[in-house]
Amino acid sequence: MTRPLIIDNARIVDPASGADQLGAVLIEDGRISDLATGGPVGVPDGAEVLDAGGLVLAPGLIDMRVYVGEPGKEYRETLASAGAAAVAGGVTSFVMMPDTTPAVDDGALVDFLIRRAQAQSPARILPAAAITKGLLGKEITEFGLLKDAGAVCLTDGAQSIQSSSLLRSAMGYAANFDMPFVHHLADAELVGDGVMNEGLFATVLGLRGIPREAETIPLSRDLQLAALTGVRYHAAQISTAGSAELLQTAKTRNDKVTAGISINHLCLNENDIGRYRTYFKLTPPLRSEDDRQAMIEALRNGTIDTIHSDHDPQDTEVKRQPFAEASNGAIGLETLLSAALRLVHSGDVELMTILRAMTCRPAEILGLDAGRIARGLPADLILIDLDYPWQVTEKSFRSRSRNTSFEDARMQGKIMRTMVGGESVFVHEGAA
Amino acid sequence: MPQHSPAASRSSGDFPPFQQRHLISIADLKQHEIVDLLDRSERMIDISRQERKSLPTLAGKTQINLFFEPSTRTQSSFEIAGKRLGALVVNMSVKTSSVSKGETLIDTAATLNAMRPDVLVVRHSAAGAVELLSQKVGCSVVNAGDGAHEHPTQALLDALTIRNHKGTLAGLTVAICGDIANSRVARSNLLLLGALHVRTRVIAPRTLLPAGIEHLATEVFTDMEEGLKGVDVVMMLRLQHERANGKMIPSVREYYRFYGLDEAKLAFAKPDAIVMHPGPMNRGVEIDPAIADSARAVITDQVEMGVAVRMAVLDALLPARNQP
Repeated sequence: MTRPLIIDNARIVDPASGADQLGAVLIEDGRISDLATGGPVGVPDGAEVLDAGGLVLAPGLIDMRVYVGEPGKEYRETLASAGAAAVAGGVTSFVMMPDTTPAVDDGALVDFLIRRAQAQSPARILPAAAITKGLLGKEITEFGLLKDAGAVCLTDGAQSIQSSSLLRSAMGYAANFDMPFVHHLADAELVGDGVMNEGLFATVLGLRGIPREAETIPLSRDLQLAALTGVRYHAAQISTAGSAELLQTAKTRNDKVTAGISINHLCLNENDIGRYRTYFKLTPPLRSEDDRQAMIEALRNGTIDTIHSDHDPQDTEVKRQPFAEASNGAIGLETLLSAALRLVHSGDVELMTILRAMTCRPAEILGLDAGRIARGLPADLILIDLDYPWQVTEKSFRSRSRNTSFEDARMQGKIMRTMVGGESVFVHEGAA
Repeated sequence: MPQHSPAASRSSGDFPPFQQRHLISIADLKQHEIVDLLDRSERMIDISRQERKSLPTLAGKTQINLFFEPSTRTQSSFEIAGKRLGALVVNMSVKTSSVSKGETLIDTAATLNAMRPDVLVVRHSAAGAVELLSQKVGCSVVNAGDGAHEHPTQALLDALTIRNHKGTLAGLTVAICGDIANSRVARSNLLLLGALHVRTRVIAPRTLLPAGIEHLATEVFTDMEEGLKGVDVVMMLRLQHERANGKMIPSVREYYRFYGLDEAKLAFAKPDAIVMHPGPMNRGVEIDPAIADSARAVITDQVEMGVAVRMAVLDALLPARNQP
């Protein structure tokens, strides 16, 4: 038995309850057993006391979109390295995309991943299961068996299902098992050979553009099919003002519709590509500054529910290529919170809004008993210094890959301590 | 034959050191650098017209022409330019077949760099590939065309051709017609002419106009007769046959009817307007053969100016490396 732990003198920010005040939390047996604001908590004999020094104490982050190279591409990322990167970024749980080799389309693989992650990863890894076998967009997988094995949601990861009839049956069958249905939006034909946002900037670079309609057309179809089937539908990640409009309307009629966004699309725009910087080649592509502003507004007004890292480790072999030939994706677990705090420091978004989108909202969508600071819940907690200045450097990463879209970026605010089940799995060097 | 501008009489000592190490994009050049390169080219025209076509400023230097995409005329032009300046010129044609797929562009760059060339002339099918390669080698790099991005020496030779035929670039209107969306020639020309405050028009069907083009050209037209009204220069672009497959445009014959340069359409341009084409031409697709062979077409002059411009570029870039 570990000793009871009291985190005292913390600014407790709990988006689920809306609380933001100084207080203390008592952790026993890996769970939150008591919390007090304004007054003392009951101190059991022999309890260890950690003075938080006024730092923000928040629920651990829940990241709904993370790619891991294991199995199949362990040189990019393993469950262990992804877990280490996660807790360094304050992410205590993450949904692992099924885009592995082989794809996570079978209950046995889900079971394997859960066991292996428990043994190797300091963060909780929640496998998502493929919607279609081999992520090929042809035949649906065994949703019921995958759910029984522990898959938290269904998604074809970076693949977008093109067939409307297949989507209709997949959504209907997912509704049957009450599984969250997470779908990436890309009309394959409209994307075509496109590699970045369509517009003047792509034209100047001589790169093929991806029109915004490659996202809004499949989203419109999905929203209609979601209403038809009654599925719990989550638009995996949106990037355009048009998508926000469609979602806003759909949400007034269908409370089972939610949407996510990657931190990249909140903090960056197409101009960051500069002269063919492939770490900014993403799917969906980085859009214009007007779209980014629309995304911030959609986050503020609740049209966007969740923020994720879209952590996608890629080795230099596939990134140091001419832009059109390079792979998509950027890592992001270790910079997720600090990047999100940029929006807080700039005055664009409230701290509570940012944290809600990375804690209780993903927990609600996935049906997890987590993402809150409440008695009886697992003590997955983070301590944040909102103002700590630091610079992203290549060697600071715990991820096996280096393809960050925040290369050399100066950040304000950092994770000082991460606890999973009451155990400190990350402590910032030099922290008390 | 093109007339020379007064700059032709300047001697080499009149040119200050060129401040760029590479020539990747017209967008990197300042206005005075563009004019400087055009002026330097005038001198190279003279040398190329002498009996003894040699100015051995690059003696002892090694130039590698690295063409990932085949192009006989551009490669020959760079080869002749290098040889007239006395450089050792090596041609490497890298077929982008499955055989060479294993080696990445970066690997190729490292291999070539170890051979200690002084300049690499590179053509590649991907936009940005030449820029990427330039970051990985220790020598100067000249972009001989990268995807739909840029073809800077083509824009320079086009400007030189216009200047020599019209005496000046000032006050002119240049129309660029055809597959703007996929053309590096169009982009480099729009940037260069824009930097020199020349009025530009692009003329193409909607499907061949890239997004945001109205910010790069002075005016945008989808009607060719409207677009050609009163222009001084008509610049035609090659239509890749695969564009006429029913997706971008329905057929070659419809394209020729509405966007091919024939006598009737050319009549809308100024009576003394010149006709240009970067080659190779598709006669009967984008241009009437009778116009291509007429006195108004300056297409072979463009080829001659091409050698002069490339000599000037190589000559300007290479001494710059010896600057402290």
